[in-house]
Amino acid sequence: MNMISPPEELNAKDFASDQEVRWCPGCGDYAILKTMQKTLPEIGARPENTVFVSGIGCSSRFPYYMSTYGFHTIHGRAPAIASGVKLSNPELDVWIITGDGDGLSIGGNHMLHVLRRNVNVQVLLFNNEIYGLTKGQYSPTSKPGLRTPSSPLGSIDSPISPCAFALGANARFVARAIDIAHKPLSSVLKRAHAHKGASFVEIFQNCVVFNDQTFSDFTDKKTGADNQIHVEHGTPLTWGKDNQYGLLIKPGTLELQKVTIGEDGVTESDILVHDETNRTMATMLAAMEGPDFPVALGVLFCDPGTPYEEAVRAVPKAPGKNVKQLLASGKTWTVD
Amino acid sequence: MVTETTQQSTTDSLDSVVIRFAGDSGDGIQLVGNKFAESTALFGDDLSTFPDYPAEIRAPIGTTYGVSAYQINFGPSEILTAGDEPDVLVALNPAALKVNQEQLREGGTLLIDTGAFTEKNIKKAGYENHPLSDKALDSVNLIELDITKLTMDAVSEVGLSKKEGLRCKNVWTLGLILWMFGRSRKSVADWIETKFAKKPEIVEANLRALNAGHAYGETTELGAGLKQYTLDKSEPETGLYRTITGSEAAAWGLYAGAELSNLELFLGSYPITPASNILHQLATMTDYGIVNFQAEDEIAAICSAIGAAYAGNLGVTTSSGPGVALKTEAIGLAVSAELPLVIVNVQRGGPSTGLPTKAEQSDLHQAVFGRNGDTPLPVVSASTPADCFDVAIEASRLATKYMTPVIMLMDGTLGNSSEPWKIPDFDSYEPFPVTHRKEPEGYHPFLRDPETLARNWAVPGTPGLEHRIGGLEKDYDSGNISYDAANHQRMTDARHDKVNGIRKDIPKQDVCLGAEKGKLAVVGWGSTYGAIHKGVEQLRQKGLDVSHIHLRHIWPLPENLEDLLKGYDKVIVPELNAGQLTTLLRAQYLLPVEGVNKVTGQPFKVSEIVEAAHQALEN
Ligand code: SF4
Repeated sequence: MNMISPPEELNAKDFASDQEVRWCPGCGDYAILKTMQKTLPEIGARPENTVFVSGIGCSSRFPYYMSTYGFHTIHGRAPAIASGVKLSNPELDVWIITGDGDGLSIGGNHMLHVLRRNVNVQVLLFNNEIYGLTKGQYSPTSKPGLRTPSSPLGSIDSPISPCAFALGANARFVARAIDIAHKPLSSVLKRAHAHKGASFVEIFQNCVVFNDQTFSDFTDKKTGADNQIHVEHGTPLTWGKDNQYGLLIKPGTLELQKVTIGEDGVTESDILVHDETNRTMATMLAAMEGPDFPVALGVLFCDPGTPYEEAVRAVPKAPGKNVKQLLASGKTWTVD
Repeated sequence: MVTETTQQSTTDSLDSVVIRFAGDSGDGIQLVGNKFAESTALFGDDLSTFPDYPAEIRAPIGTTYGVSAYQINFGPSEILTAGDEPDVLVALNPAALKVNQEQLREGGTLLIDTGAFTEKNIKKAGYENHPLSDKALDSVNLIELDITKLTMDAVSEVGLSKKEGLRCKNVWTLGLILWMFGRSRKSVADWIETKFAKKPEIVEANLRALNAGHAYGETTELGAGLKQYTLDKSEPETGLYRTITGSEAAAWGLYAGAELSNLELFLGSYPITPASNILHQLATMTDYGIVNFQAEDEIAAICSAIGAAYAGNLGVTTSSGPGVALKTEAIGLAVSAELPLVIVNVQRGGPSTGLPTKAEQSDLHQAVFGRNGDTPLPVVSASTPADCFDVAIEASRLATKYMTPVIMLMDGTLGNSSEPWKIPDFDSYEPFPVTHRKEPEGYHPFLRDPETLARNWAVPGTPGLEHRIGGLEKDYDSGNISYDAANHQRMTDARHDKVNGIRKDIPKQDVCLGAEKGKLAVVGWGSTYGAIHKGVEQLRQKGLDVSHIHLRHIWPLPENLEDLLKGYDKVIVPELNAGQLTTLLRAQYLLPVEGVNKVTGQPFKVSEIVEAAHQALEN
């Protein structure tokens, strides 16, 4: 009998492949890759059971740099291919790496369906609000007016909010993080991994070449604190350098209001407490943007339900069912 | 072949008969056809069917474009087609007569429901004069029955609404036709009892209608033109039989392919006419250990199957021409990543949405060539409904042995038609079990088997074999991304050589009827098998030197095909397209093969093949 030895402890290096990383120097993708390589050993992941599936775009090169199983597929289709992988072998830990163009433009349809079906995969959407690999055209998340080679007069498209899209598609786990903020990104990845069902994570990723600083309002290390809020289930929705701001529901409306604690008689106990199981609240948080509101980060929504692959595989193979039995089943007759 | 029937006798002895049931698409015509086919199969006949129905689910009642028809050719002899001309035409309304009258054989029997030949319906069908006053009907044996009234009389005591009562018209007619050909009502009665088990009054009404139709034949004074036909008792090979449609056979064949390869079957599919029946069939088989996934679109359907293949399963996707067009990019990925996959194309009339419910063979070029890049893959094709079983197995074998997507071509006629099938001894099928690579020593994902050139297949979950693949070009020696010029040449050559090498692994092309060289070869593929075979048989009976060659392997073509074709003075290629196999054979062999082409949405008639062969022989 074989002795099963306890698996050896792994570290970040064990998750790095031998391939030279080829993103532009300074690209936010590097930070995400590092955080992923550090986080996986911490959650007990095994390279042999981990699969990264990606589409096409800068972010989709990600699987090549991981020493796990990986499939760099075609533009927009990673959710469909990953669904096939997960349905075929539910034991595998499947991550989808996509971008704003890959996941919300050409692949928007598949994104919608992998989320609403609740296939137990983690979707990481690297949002840089630009097409990087094709050299800088505007994307479905680009801000209106963005001048690019394909929008020389400024983009006239109305952008989509990835998290609002995911919530609208009935995703049961929706979270946000910033590429270079290692700790919060790592903890969001851990939560996404732990969630049984489709987990959607939007990562604000800086494209230094084609859309540099597009998120700096709220990601800047010095000034960002006043413009970002880290939401946490069961704790009041406050933020700011001194935690001086808070959110509440504007009386008589269904709107959020930004208040300053200590001003106008507002105390900390008046502040709205985050309930990550409340889809309406998550939708309002996802919609917040500057300059009037902070950008919400962390787990906006988490409300687990039956993972799709469990439902698909609910009927086990019945004993005695095989081709021979099938051929002789139903209406047959004998000629003798 | 149909022997002439005479109108004098009250019973006719035949060795095969063609019946065409026609009526409004709401009349339950397909059901009558199917149930008749089942009864006659149980009787021991050979048969071939051709369901011919409109694309609209419920076209306006009484219109010509709402006509649904079901043709069946049956008898004790070997039946290979659904028949050129019906011996018996059942027309349940004027529109059905209008659409189908021309097809009726001269001297054939026409049964009409006078109850449905109201002024309104006659006008709706677009007749200017009463259709029964047409001189052309003088030469047919016309049976006029008020089936509407006879049905209502039969079911009146059950207490159904008029609408519900009228729904039994088709079953009344079936009862009469079963009497005409001396076939048992039992299987129909059993079916009615199970199908409507929860609605006893519907069971009662349908049974009454069935028996009343039958009794009408038995008791009615002769002279109404009604007569019974006696077919010789057939003597089929001994064994266990069942009827099977092409869609069922394909579904079962795919499942058999999974069992023989020792893999789990994963179907990723999206509804499309006429391929959905395969999806429906496999959807009923989840307790056979099949994973079924109805995807959000055609692209997701094939992509999920590719994901399944990557995870180590037998990935399958089923569709029809327009759907396969959408899958094209993903097929290229499977070629590049060298993953096994079976893509079933149940062809229909094109281009674009085309004729969804009509059969055509116009996706051959799409299958062989229709991708970006130099992207070769094997293409196989089924010729009869039962053949879909074996061809699906062959597709699975090639896919897993050569690590390649394989396209299996069927068409709407094959998918929907049924035939009696002697159930094969499954133990006689050679298994082709897949072994996923487990050994880390010396591994890289594009390591090739020196003989088949297939890359080794390692699946996620295997320690030590973690690897990355994708649609970018790979280095021949490591599987890593490579943009190297010489390497791309080498990999392109390797993909070609792998697929071309399949020639050595497929049977030599045989001549299914006739000599291996001579004056004329008729070369076909797919559902035209029956018409070509019967045609060639007739020609040979007249002493003409004609042979029938039917291809299963469309790409790569069998090794000996070129020499074989060169052995004939002339080669003609009948196809339900504008000449696609013709072009392929000319390009491959520089042979002046000639096309015989038809794209009317209808199958070839035997007579058309005979005529084309005569012409070729004369010129
Ligand atoms: S183009 Fe932008 S997103 Fe792409 S690698 Fe360069 S910096 Fe990163």
